Amino acid sequence: MPSGNPPERPIRILVAKPGLDGHDRGAKVLARAFRDAGMEVIYTGLFQTPPMIANAALQEDVDFVGLSILSGAHMSLFPAIMDELRAVGREDALVVAGGTIPEDDIPAIKEMGIAEVFGPGTPLQDIIAFVRDNAPVQIDTA
Amino acid sequence: MAVPTTSLSARVLAGDLQALARLLTRVENDDEVGRAALERLLPHSGNAHVIGVTGPPGGGKSTLVNELIRAYRGQDRRVAVIAVDPSSPLTGGATLGDRIRMLEWHDDPGVFIRSMASRRFGGGLARNTFSAATVFDAAGYDPVIIETVGTGQDEVAIAELAHTTLLAQVPGMGDSIQTLKAGALEVGDVIVVTKADRPEANELARDLRRLRTLTYEPTGNEARWEPPVIKTSAVTGEGIEALMEEIDRHLAWLKESGEMDTRTRRIAATQLATAVQAGLMAQLSLPIRDGQFSALVDAIQAREMTPHQAAQRLLAELGEGQSSS
Repeated sequence: MPSGNPPERPIRILVAKPGLDGHDRGAKVLARAFRDAGMEVIYTGLFQTPPMIANAALQEDVDFVGLSILSGAHMSLFPAIMDELRAVGREDALVVAGGTIPEDDIPAIKEMGIAEVFGPGTPLQDIIAFVRDNAPVQIDTA
Repeated sequence: MAVPTTSLSARVLAGDLQALARLLTRVENDDEVGRAALERLLPHSGNAHVIGVTGPPGGGKSTLVNELIRAYRGQDRRVAVIAVDPSSPLTGGATLGDRIRMLEWHDDPGVFIRSMASRRFGGGLARNTFSAATVFDAAGYDPVIIETVGTGQDEVAIAELAHTTLLAQVPGMGDSIQTLKAGALEVGDVIVVTKADRPEANELARDLRRLRTLTYEPTGNEARWEPPVIKTSAVTGEGIEALMEEIDRHLAWLKESGEMDTRTRRIAATQLATAVQAGLMAQLSLPIRDGQFSALVDAIQAREMTPHQAAQRLLAELGEGQSSS
């Protein structure tokens, strides 16, 4: 018999920085904000390749994958990450992205299956509220 | 989302990694699906060598675990790691950052690394860490390595749950008096001086080895286990091979000496006590909701009652509630 989750289940979120830019302050600010919002944050830090991100999402059974990117390479890295997530069977994880991403790119990014894009200056409360409101229900049988 | 047709436990036994990851979540949350699946997996468990790794924060535990993964992969063994990090006492949130030292295994299907928040359980572990280890055990991983929260002088819960406990000690954290103190140093089956490339490492290893000479032991007691002191460096690779030999030697000693039976029984007792505690705490949810708990806290704060008196009152009423229901 399927059963949903008790509401107090902590949200698990991966915070990763794909690609080669070395600016991890934004990712650290987010990791801290999610933690302070009572979430369990798996922080893998800088220089993550798409397979690393997908493997962490798989093994850690995260509800969300948070990608911070400031290199401008999002249009090539994001599709690769989505492909890898599909390859490991974690296309159900909600992917959210932030960083220096031009407005014009956002429709195409959402087309890739990324749930939301948070640009510079987005209040942390808005990001946390989005994650809280969209945490998936887990349906499994024993 | 459609309900998966095959159960989590069946999928885990079939090697489905996604099901394994999900079941670990369920077991960690101790929900109904997790409990039922654990019952089904139990007959398949009992084969893994459970190795605990403990030591101070920043003491090189995750890096050491990464080297252990490398060594076990060299023997073609499937390795599981449960890495516990602390939960916030204020918000319940956690930053789980041990995985970052073990990223090189991301494309190796023989390695499964899972981060776990302590959820304020205490002792350097989470309440359901050992149940998670049982899931890995049933899924065919051997060894299962449990890395504790960074610990200090007396968080020794891991020694109650692991077959072999590695205690990491870091050079430069105090003089030889520290090695005389009770607590963590008494529970390490193998003592590992990490960061052996640092100059103070020799001194620390010497002090730790001298500890042994400070006891009076009748000679000829070969059944006794003397915790060896091994210096390791992830920078130079020094000591990892020696450490692996000591871990294997310890496992062999456990089996030959009969200590394995003592330890698995102790693990069973620890798990039972933990589960009973969890059950009793769950019973408190009603008095917490209806304000009785809070009223007793007021009474303690106002010095009208000792904590013991308040607890007795609460426990008596919980007992009545049970017998009347």
